[in-house]
Amino acid sequence: MMGAPQAKTDDRLTGLAVTATGWAAAPRGDALSRLQSMGLPQRRDEYWKWTRPDTLISADVPPAEAFDAQETPIFGGVDRLKIVFVDGVFSAEESDDLALEGVMIERLAEANSDIHWAQGLYGVLEERGQTPVKRPLAALNTAMATDGLLIHVTGKTGKPISLIYRHVSDTSDAILHHVVKLDEGAELTLLENGPAAARFNKVLEVEVADKASFHHVRAQGRDHARRAATHIFARLGSESAFKSFTLTVNGVLTRNEAVIELTGDDSIAHIAGAAMGDGANGAFHHDDTVFVTHDAERCESRQVYKKVLRNGAEGIFQGKILVKEGAQKTDGYQISQSLLLDEDNQFLAKPELEIYADDVVCSHGSTTGAIDETALYYLRSRGVPKKEATDLLVLSFMAEAVDEIEDDVLREDIVSRLTGWLDRR
Amino acid sequence: MLEIKNLHVELEEEGKKILKGVDLTVEDGKVHAIMGPNGSGKSTLSYVLSGRQGYEVTDGTAELDGADLLDMDPEERAAAGLFLAFQYPVEIPGVGNMTFLRTAVNAQRKARGEEEISAADFLKLVREKAKNLKIDADMLKRPVNVGFSGGEKKRNEILQMAMLEPKMCILDETDSGLDVDAMRLVADGVNALRDAGRGFLVITHYQRLLDHIKPDVVHIMADGRIIKTGGPELALEVEKNGYADILEGA
Ligand SMILES: Nc1ncnc2c1ncn2[C@@H]1O[C@H](COP(=O)(O)OP(=O)(O)O)[C@@H](O)[C@H]1O
Ligand SMILES: [Mg+2]
Repeated sequence: MMGAPQAKTDDRLTGLAVTATGWAAAPRGDALSRLQSMGLPQRRDEYWKWTRPDTLISADVPPAEAFDAQETPIFGGVDRLKIVFVDGVFSAEESDDLALEGVMIERLAEANSDIHWAQGLYGVLEERGQTPVKRPLAALNTAMATDGLLIHVTGKTGKPISLIYRHVSDTSDAILHHVVKLDEGAELTLLENGPAAARFNKVLEVEVADKASFHHVRAQGRDHARRAATHIFARLGSESAFKSFTLTVNGVLTRNEAVIELTGDDSIAHIAGAAMGDGANGAFHHDDTVFVTHDAERCESRQVYKKVLRNGAEGIFQGKILVKEGAQKTDGYQISQSLLLDEDNQFLAKPELEIYADDVVCSHGSTTGAIDETALYYLRSRGVPKKEATDLLVLSFMAEAVDEIEDDVLREDIVSRLTGWLDRR
Repeated sequence: MLEIKNLHVELEEEGKKILKGVDLTVEDGKVHAIMGPNGSGKSTLSYVLSGRQGYEVTDGTAELDGADLLDMDPEERAAAGLFLAFQYPVEIPGVGNMTFLRTAVNAQRKARGEEEISAADFLKLVREKAKNLKIDADMLKRPVNVGFSGGEKKRNEILQMAMLEPKMCILDETDSGLDVDAMRLVADGVNALRDAGRGFLVITHYQRLLDHIKPDVVHIMADGRIIKTGGPELALEVEKNGYADILEGA
């Protein structure tokens, strides 16, 4: 439900104005009105009870140092088209030419014509995603994004598009908005990695036409003090596929929302997340808020979320499967689990099913627990040292989420990041 | 050589006394069997020797080739050459059986200052040993013990034993829940490992396993103590008359 304007907390909104020209001016203006009428997120909002929004919306950005990574950069062994943003600013020198077979790529900041294919999508999926749960930070993003990419996939791309978000300045505040449109039968793998900024607000809108397939693997940066609020809005046509995996290692505050609508029959949507955090490095608060809507027949959706927490880390999962009337033969699955490596962590989960069709199979589960002592003893009794045995059990806990990544090389890269975290602690 | 002297063990939480002075020596190259009623402390003995948590040793010693087992972490005991085939093998979802085996083999090699086994050599070795135990490729790929039948779990224990080549093997009711064919496979697996440098402690309820794995010495355990020790004929006596006579005589 849209709330009434919240005069006091939303002083910040009155100062905002859309500056874009051309086709984007209208959707940005609309988004700003939307935002002004719903107001910024507040603790009393149903889906903000467990995550404090204040530092995500404050005028000043709490500073965050860039993480000094000694490891080789992720996805380094993948042949890909690299597009680099530094503190949210496109870097032409570090990026490849924005040219790739089967796809047209443009920068949002440079797409100023009066008519554009992205017109029917930019802010449109975001707006659809505002009902029934409001997502003010996404509307803020649509209105104020400084840049982003407009990616139109017309065929099978030869290689993945890889977005690299470097973070340099301790107080950078980045807002990026990407739109991806896959035509019928088109295929794209999109990679994202890096912290992007001290504070990062990102929206990714993905339109997947009939028979198209979209694969997405992202590794959010490891900077301890960084903050991020990200949204994925996806709409799927018939016989299409959407697969998205996110790795989050470190980060004082991360809120990842995903809103996925299955609108064509026989499509599949898998969304997975693996998060590892250590509260001793300042703090770790990670929130996955997911909303999957089945509005067609015989579709399959999976939500697989795993969190490994230690030293006072906090993990949140709010996930919903909504099966609309007529969405028969829906196969919906949702699992959220946390592994607590010591005692004072917090995992809060709100799994929801809302079903208006009678011939469906939907299941959800949520668990939280410590390392299985019996399994640990069993491994040690075979000669595996405690640390190695523990790590093996942590990786096995993560496996169901990580295994959602189909590509072996990408999956190995993600696993190496998990191992890196385990080795650093 | 495994040397257990006057071993007293309590449950850490409840303080309940389980082992009340166990004396037992298993020489290299010998097979000792322990029989005894349910609840007499046989599994407890095997857990305490392998280093499971939750037990407190209040008195006595246990040494493997002169090294104090009770002072070691479970992984150190394994590296020293101790192996326990579990009565209830543990399921580990998410860890592939193959990964588990390779990790274990390499961990023990590392602990002994040896080089890691190459992937190719490891594969060859596993395939060969698995074949003897009729463990198929699928069982090797699946997560450790997950979805295995009772018999498959026990064979998987013997596979681990064969891969790790321990000095001292403890088998806790490895025969229970096995049909005749599976028991023969397990027994063959054990017999293949018998040699002059390796000792076995076989815990069982039934004579039938001992038909296949011929013991040198048979012990009867009751209420936390070894109450009688003899040759293979003692197992036959138990088979015929049960434990009642022995318990009364003790
Ligand atoms: N962890 C435990 N908690 C409670 N009781 C236990 C535990 N382990 C063993 N016991 C008790 O100790 C006794 C010996 O058990 P166990 O060693 O399993 O015997 P056995 O293997 O000879 O059947 C039994 O009375 C059993 O109930
Ligand atoms: Mg027992």
